[in-house]
Amino acid sequence: MATAHSKSAARIMIAPAVFLLLVWMLVPLCMTLYFSFSDYRPLRGIFEPWVGFENYVRFFSSSSFLKSVFTTLWMVGGVLSITIIGGVLMALLLDRPIFGQGVVRMLVIAPFFIMPTVSALVWKNMFFNVDNGLFSYLYKWLGMQPYDFLSQAPIFSIVIIVAWQWLPFATLILLTAVQSLDSEQLEAAEMDGAPALSRFRFIILPHLSRAITVVILIQTIFLLSIFAEIFVTTNGAFGTRTLTYLVYQRVLESQNVGLGSAGGIIAVILANIVAIFLMRIVGKNLDT
Amino acid sequence: MARAITTKQKVSWTILAWAFGLLMFFPIMWTFLTSFKTEGAAIADPPVWFFFDWTLENYTAVQERSNYPKALMNSIIIAVGSTILGIIIAVPAAWAMAFVPGKRTKDVLMWMLSTKMLPAVGVLYPLVLLAKWLGVIDSRILLIVVLMLINLPIIVWMLYTYFKEIPGEILEAARMDGASLKSEIIHVLTPMAIPGIASTILLNIILAWNEAFWTILLTTVNAAPLTAFIASFSAPEGLFYAKLSAASMMAVAPILIMGWFSQKQLVRGLTFGAVK
Repeated sequence: MATAHSKSAARIMIAPAVFLLLVWMLVPLCMTLYFSFSDYRPLRGIFEPWVGFENYVRFFSSSSFLKSVFTTLWMVGGVLSITIIGGVLMALLLDRPIFGQGVVRMLVIAPFFIMPTVSALVWKNMFFNVDNGLFSYLYKWLGMQPYDFLSQAPIFSIVIIVAWQWLPFATLILLTAVQSLDSEQLEAAEMDGAPALSRFRFIILPHLSRAITVVILIQTIFLLSIFAEIFVTTNGAFGTRTLTYLVYQRVLESQNVGLGSAGGIIAVILANIVAIFLMRIVGKNLDT
Repeated sequence: MARAITTKQKVSWTILAWAFGLLMFFPIMWTFLTSFKTEGAAIADPPVWFFFDWTLENYTAVQERSNYPKALMNSIIIAVGSTILGIIIAVPAAWAMAFVPGKRTKDVLMWMLSTKMLPAVGVLYPLVLLAKWLGVIDSRILLIVVLMLINLPIIVWMLYTYFKEIPGEILEAARMDGASLKSEIIHVLTPMAIPGIASTILLNIILAWNEAFWTILLTTVNAAPLTAFIASFSAPEGLFYAKLSAASMMAVAPILIMGWFSQKQLVRGLTFGAVK
């Protein structure tokens, strides 16, 4: 019974949020788009408003671009595999009847609430540090040479830090999905003598597929813009420069705004490709 | 028919689950323990676990550092301020979309969600430029507005899903009884909406508190919150493990506790209702 009156009232109520987000999205994005076609280096006082696609050509053809794309893929891929596999196992484990389930859940989920700069610094100094890190003690205790994680295996180290932060998220969402599974179906399968592995393969996994997809998409969007973890640990050194980090360095460190903006636009396009898939899933769910 | 589970099975699952739980929690536990050690004990070889001289000196030392209280204040003001501002803007919008849905409501919701996916680096320089131009670079108000904007889609979505659950029949019943729109909102809807609004506030304070892109890049001295304060420990000072641990614990403890309270809302808030 929405009347014309209530409809116009509704429009007024929605307007501020829509207006703000529209401005937030359009103004800076248009500026970035504009800069990406210009030669803009504020530190040297250079501003050439139109250079065509020169920045894009230079950004694409620089070796650091391809490298940064691979680094990004490694990082996102690494974190996704750890969090999805670990998350499924952890969710199934937490779904079992165990003593103190609530407490275990709190322990598992805790890393998600830790400030990114804190977790990066704690891991960097107290675990990965070659002189005083816990891993070095562990290596020594096992009779091996201490290993300098952040310079020898920098991407792997950052993947560990980020995966530690996101594993709780995957676990929590997958646990929610596991708990909505019809237990009668599982029991029936068990009585029919289906082994645990095929129960997992044919009942649990299909049931979880949607939740897994959602976790992959949401995490990808957040992981594409990992920043603080790299900023604090390696500052982009040792080949840990992701696309996000490369753009940040071009724009703010070397102040080549034109080139960086071209990179920014590329990052926006890449993120949008992922976003489209996520939106499709969310949109479908909105109808039901 | 419940499945019969032997105690033995339950015990072994319990041991496994606790082992994983403690493994995940270990870095936090270790930081907690280290924060009570002397700097010497913090890097002792072999590491000391529980039997050391517990001391509070690191906590006092960090608090005495000139910029810690300021960073804490900034974090509180920015996280709470951006959340309140977001709620004020989002409640009417979510309300209207939930109770007076139009043909375009779904499109608007989806579009709002899409703004959340805009990579921050895509708008980094323009924002720095605009902030300098408006003279608000390194100010709390800038961060309040920016964090409000990046979290606004999540706030609207969460509120929308909560408001959607309030049954429409109740409204009709109230209307039949002759309640005016005003009293309908104050006496019928608000009490039902408060739990949802509270969880939305909680989750968004957590998200704003931990945001570590804009808070690092848009601040230098005046508005730097705890994220930036902690990042400053990556300098050689970071080698003082006990002090680093104490500073870390102070930065994360309140949010960790809030986080434990908001576990359930987390799923709803971060999956946009795609997982139930």
